[in-house]
Amino acid sequence: MQEVRAIVLRAAGINTDVETEYALELAGARADRVHINRVIEDKDLLAQYHILIFPGGFSYGDDVAAGRIMANQVIHHLTDAVRRFIDDGKLVLGICNGFQVLVKAGILPGGDGFRQEEVTITGNDSGQYEDRWVYLAPQSPRCVFIEPGRRIYVPVAHGEGKVVTCSDEALQRLQADGLVAYTYVDRDGRQGPFPINPNGSMASIAGLTDRTGRVLGLMPHPERFVRRTQHPHWTRLAADLDPDGMTIFRNAVRYVRENLLQAAAAQPIGEIPAVSSETSPTAAAPLS
Amino acid sequence: MRQWRVEVFSRPGMADVQGAHVLGDIQELGITTVEAVQSARVFLIQAEFDDAFAERVARELLADPVCEQYYLGRSGPPAGLAKATLIEIHLKSGVTDPVAESVMAAIADMGVRPQGVRTARKYILLGDVKASQIETIARKILANDVIEDVILGDEAEPPSPHLKPYELNLTHWPIRDLDDAGLEALSKEKDLFLNVIEMRTIQEYYRRLGREPTDIELESLAQTWSEHCVHKTLRSAVDMTMDGQQVHFDNLLKETIFQATQQLNKDWCLSVFADNAGVVEFDDQSAVCFKVETHNHPSALDPYGGAATGIGGVIRDPMGTGLGAKPIANTDIFCFGRPDQSLDEVPKGVLHPRRIMKGVVAGVRDYGNRMGIPTVNGAIYFDDRYQANPLVYCGNVGLMDRSKVTKHPQSGHLVVVVGGRTGRDGIHGATFSSGQMTHEHETIFSHAVQIGNAITEKKMLDVLLQANAAGLYEAITDCGAGGLSSAVGEMGQQLGAEVDLEKVPLKYAGLGYTEIWISEAQERMVLAVKPENLEAIQKIFAGENVESTVIGRFTGDRKLHLRYNGQLVGELDMDFLHEGVPRYSRQARWERPALGEPVMPEKTSYNDDLLRTLSSYNVASKEWVIRQYDHEVQGGSVVKPLVGVANDGPSDAAVIQPKLDSARGLAVSCGMNPLYGDIDPYWMALAGIDEAIRNLVCVGGRVDRIALLDNFCWAKCTDPLVMGTLVRAAQACHDGALAFQAPFISGKDSLNNEFVCEDGTVIRIPPTLLISAMSLVDDIDRCVTMDLKKPGNLVFIVGRTHNELGGSHYYRVHGALGANVPKLDLELAPRIARRLGAAIADGLVVSCHDCSEGGLAVALAEMAFAGGLGLEADLRALPRSRDCSSAAAQLFSESNSRYLVEVTPANYDAFARRMLNLPFGQLGVVTGESRLVISDENSRKVVDADIEILKQAWQRTFDW
Repeated sequence: MQEVRAIVLRAAGINTDVETEYALELAGARADRVHINRVIEDKDLLAQYHILIFPGGFSYGDDVAAGRIMANQVIHHLTDAVRRFIDDGKLVLGICNGFQVLVKAGILPGGDGFRQEEVTITGNDSGQYEDRWVYLAPQSPRCVFIEPGRRIYVPVAHGEGKVVTCSDEALQRLQADGLVAYTYVDRDGRQGPFPINPNGSMASIAGLTDRTGRVLGLMPHPERFVRRTQHPHWTRLAADLDPDGMTIFRNAVRYVRENLLQAAAAQPIGEIPAVSSETSPTAAAPLS
Repeated sequence: MRQWRVEVFSRPGMADVQGAHVLGDIQELGITTVEAVQSARVFLIQAEFDDAFAERVARELLADPVCEQYYLGRSGPPAGLAKATLIEIHLKSGVTDPVAESVMAAIADMGVRPQGVRTARKYILLGDVKASQIETIARKILANDVIEDVILGDEAEPPSPHLKPYELNLTHWPIRDLDDAGLEALSKEKDLFLNVIEMRTIQEYYRRLGREPTDIELESLAQTWSEHCVHKTLRSAVDMTMDGQQVHFDNLLKETIFQATQQLNKDWCLSVFADNAGVVEFDDQSAVCFKVETHNHPSALDPYGGAATGIGGVIRDPMGTGLGAKPIANTDIFCFGRPDQSLDEVPKGVLHPRRIMKGVVAGVRDYGNRMGIPTVNGAIYFDDRYQANPLVYCGNVGLMDRSKVTKHPQSGHLVVVVGGRTGRDGIHGATFSSGQMTHEHETIFSHAVQIGNAITEKKMLDVLLQANAAGLYEAITDCGAGGLSSAVGEMGQQLGAEVDLEKVPLKYAGLGYTEIWISEAQERMVLAVKPENLEAIQKIFAGENVESTVIGRFTGDRKLHLRYNGQLVGELDMDFLHEGVPRYSRQARWERPALGEPVMPEKTSYNDDLLRTLSSYNVASKEWVIRQYDHEVQGGSVVKPLVGVANDGPSDAAVIQPKLDSARGLAVSCGMNPLYGDIDPYWMALAGIDEAIRNLVCVGGRVDRIALLDNFCWAKCTDPLVMGTLVRAAQACHDGALAFQAPFISGKDSLNNEFVCEDGTVIRIPPTLLISAMSLVDDIDRCVTMDLKKPGNLVFIVGRTHNELGGSHYYRVHGALGANVPKLDLELAPRIARRLGAAIADGLVVSCHDCSEGGLAVALAEMAFAGGLGLEADLRALPRSRDCSSAAAQLFSESNSRYLVEVTPANYDAFARRMLNLPFGQLGVVTGESRLVISDENSRKVVDADIEILKQAWQRTFDW
């Protein structure tokens, strides 16, 4: 069987790369943690991967603003490579700091339809960093990472997670275009003030997707709920608890298997040469 | 070259969180005339680019396109009727500016490398404020004089620090012909903090050599011989008079704490009291190490920077243990003055306790979170004697390869410094922290404050882990107190070393050779690298933009040679440097204080006492602090600091899963009871040990694998009475370790924690011993938390309650101390811990919580509201001593070794059989009624309260 390959991008101050790699491997992908310098040196490196992850942390100390310096690096060195990655039908996931990078680099909500000056992520209304668990309601049916209809419980841990648009009109466009991926809700699915919405995001936005549905950025940390014992009160819950964070990683891996690996197997000289050259087409047959 | 100035403001209509915070703080100071505060970030950029590019930098990099707007140049006061006051805060020359470093790199990414970047903050106060009020606002809220300059109105901004290059000027400090007074004067003049006996020892050494010392030699000796580095007091010979009896120790530490560890001789202890952290076995492949440090004096002067570098420094201890560990958990324990003190109560030269607390929490938060290390355990303690001497304990646990617990530096290996650059920050930190503080320290010792940059350390950690895995270095240690002097000195102790100081990379020009050698600039480590591995290791470092430099090599002559541009500036025998410090002998005296029990009338209801105790500073919820720390990063969190149905109950200990693919866990806890020390530090120390161990037992930690750490924070031990309390506590550590079969694996002391006020009054901290503990958890699935789980379940108490309200929080809220301090039963306590531990391991327990601060009543309340369930308890089932007859004593006594245990009815028999022959009783039953009801021995409801009311009382104190 062909492997689903994920690249977890490291940089100075990125600090959730190891557990993100672990979550991807639990979901069945083979993940590599790679420093951004290696990708800048060799932009073809991305070609061998199906999923590109911008993980959480404090890239470059979140100096100036969260994710800004790394976004600046992406803009000036990797715009084309990331664009090609998305255009090739592959998946991009930004978690917490990674979401901030994607928004500040203009990758989310995406160039077609949105200008850089229309959406940003800024400091929490509370004025401080907070680590707490929140419920997320799935919104966009288009986003391939999301399990439709499933409300998930995951932690946020950030000081700058408030999604802001420059105008009500821009906000309405985000919603109308189906670019809102997740919203913060309470246990029963209702939106509300802090702490239900932990940072004061407009329209309780927790995550955004782009027009392809193959790019997801979200403030909460799905990689922190991939095993039962990570739940904040697992000692009160059933032993067969399915960890909500896994839904995002499982869906990503499944999407790649169903859409990219089969396509690659059908046409060996296809869009992901690095993988298909390593693995014989027949090995992928059981999936098709 | 031009200097560009960019000011970044919030856009109108967008929140100015910083400005709003400052306004709140101004109002808190009682200044009501300020109507609004606008804040701006200021960037001063020296670069060769044109207006259009400057505009791009401002628009694309510095200002948020949605929330912010920028101004190129210096903006004037805003138009409008209100009077505007402009205040700018600039970093003092030479203070690390992490944001500036990132902006430099980012502008380079845009295509032009600037010559320099500095950052500042600008505040515009709108409203009528007097000049004196501006001064107060600037000093008390906006700036810290130690590291920052205040620029008012249109004053010119401080010049760019173009420091002149240093020209070698070899300096001797003649010592051979000085008399005692001269020796003392020299020590004082140069801030060496060496006493006359030490100075005489050094004098004799140089008389033998037939020459005068250079400045760098004396500084090296002062650093290496500082209390901070060699623990002179704890290792001294002590003559103790105790209740009229004479006791003698040749070496206090060796004959108490060390001795217990040696006697226990556990084969799972892999490296104890030898390295930067104590190391114990984790599993067949891995080991864990743990170190706790204090950063008290720096945190008193600069709470944010002091605490940040405190956590930053202790993280480097596991990184520098053996061949290096990966940091996996932080712990933080703080002691402050009461946060509601009025400004008049705060002595001159001291920051307000609330400001200290907020700064310390923010410093630990920003550094720890950026490092990606979960902060999993901690405590905060309040007592006004900490107001001038806040205590900041920071701990770090590391995971390492079992085969890499020892270092192997050899002659011929290169001395490589890696990480951050060296600056003037932190000069004399080790000696400064070893002395007493006065109201003048604020100005005199500002250079001892170190400024951290977490990302520099994180980058260094990332590459060191790779170099470690590749086996590319032979030894590693951190540059902590004493800087390169200590790091190279320690690593080359058995070998000798030569160092070329001009090779050390500097943050800015102008540092002399001695400054380079003793600077405590942060985020640096020293490695011993085989010459043949140099290229490979430097490739790893350079690949992630981490600087590494060969500054010398280890020799075989057991001498330290220091050179600057080829000129020998210092030469010391390693033996003299490390073994030459004279042994001390101290006098100690211990007399039992004459104390009595207060008379407190019996009451029919203790609801109010319970509410007051729950909301007292030491007992109240610390959720405000905990949530600011990332306690889940690395994905290994199993038992979090907050537990229960609403994720807000107080967990006893943290459990983490260090290896994501293994079910083995690590439990981490602490114990500390300074109030008991006012009665008897012996029982205080034992209570701390028992508390730390109880906390481990409660979550399912193995009782046979407990490792302990000690951190003594004491006042000046030259006073025999103070020394006496230290001896008492050390004796207790010995006795407690043996009783529980739990060895101490590492420790640290911070003495001289006292403050001399302007009028000569001395404020001494109470003797404060922090016990940190860790243990293994065989299967994390078996962990237990403290929240009640289900109506109908039974609640047992295990352990005996005595009439021991001395030093209790119940007495404290009534303004009394008392005399009957909790005394640990050294035979019973370990038996209870072992049996209960076995019951938990066998899955017989669904929740477990210990009785600590606030006693039984507080523990029952916490279990109930954490579980969102009610509890009916009957004190007739309480195993108690005969003299513990009053309801108040039964409810609030803080007797040791007591656990509350929730068991399902189905497991009643199995659990009770396990507890046979121990003092235990079925105290109550869990209900669905959401009330805590406790009946006394006459069936009167002495506590009857809604759990939500109890929870609110517990939560509102720090609802900040």
